[in-house]
Amino acid sequence: MSGHSSMRTPLARVRNLGSAHTGTSDFWRQRLTAVAMALLIVPVLVVILTLIGRNQAGAAQILGSIPIAIILLLFIVASTWHMKIGMQIIIEDYVHNEKAKLACVMANNFFCVAVALASIYAILKLSSGV
Amino acid sequence: MTARIERPLSPHIQTYRVTLTMALSVVHRATGIAMYVGTLLLAWWLIAAASGPTAYANVQAFTGSIIGKLILFGYTWALLHHLVSGMRYFVWDLGYGFKANEREALTWGALIAGIALTVLVWIIAYAVGGGR
Repeated sequence: MSGHSSMRTPLARVRNLGSAHTGTSDFWRQRLTAVAMALLIVPVLVVILTLIGRNQAGAAQILGSIPIAIILLLFIVASTWHMKIGMQIIIEDYVHNEKAKLACVMANNFFCVAVALASIYAILKLSSGV
Repeated sequence: MTARIERPLSPHIQTYRVTLTMALSVVHRATGIAMYVGTLLLAWWLIAAASGPTAYANVQAFTGSIIGKLILFGYTWALLHHLVSGMRYFVWDLGYGFKANEREALTWGALIAGIALTVLVWIIAYAVGGGR
């Protein structure tokens, strides 16, 4: 990306999909995951309310049932993806030091993937009844 | 690298007069950040359920405590407020609701609906939980 050797103007480089070359994909996925959660929120709340006061055996039985596990998996994927995008926007807005910004964006990705995989693993384990 | 081009920057947030929509925009981000951290609680709960009775009892001891209940109440509000507040952005994305009275109404609506839904969920929670 050496500007001196490139014949392309700065404007040409940011045209169409912009400087990040991904265009509005984050904007679109932010809305996509938001709609997904708006649709899933009622069943998710019903599941959580159903679990109030139940012990681990009862909770494990409900959480491991196929439709509930699928609803929760969809919600986990949508929410962790949504929060990854949202936090990145906040980082890009307020962390101006380039290296600190890269470190924060990277940490954000690690955190969101770790939370998603830990939660998904737990649900799959409950589903398989191990 | 080419010489840095001095692009126009938007003024700092402190330059602006505080308005309702601006305050709620900050609240939208704040509730988002709170839930970001709160997912740790959700993950802990799911992992505990998958781990066994002792781990799950630890979660229940926490969620049953005063601090735990306060956090869960705050979490419920953050979630439901962010949800209804986020719906305003869909209206705006589609190009509607930009008139002063419309955006004020949408924002008041989100604020009130978020609180009302939170209270409703907790009434249901106590009604359900009381039976067990």
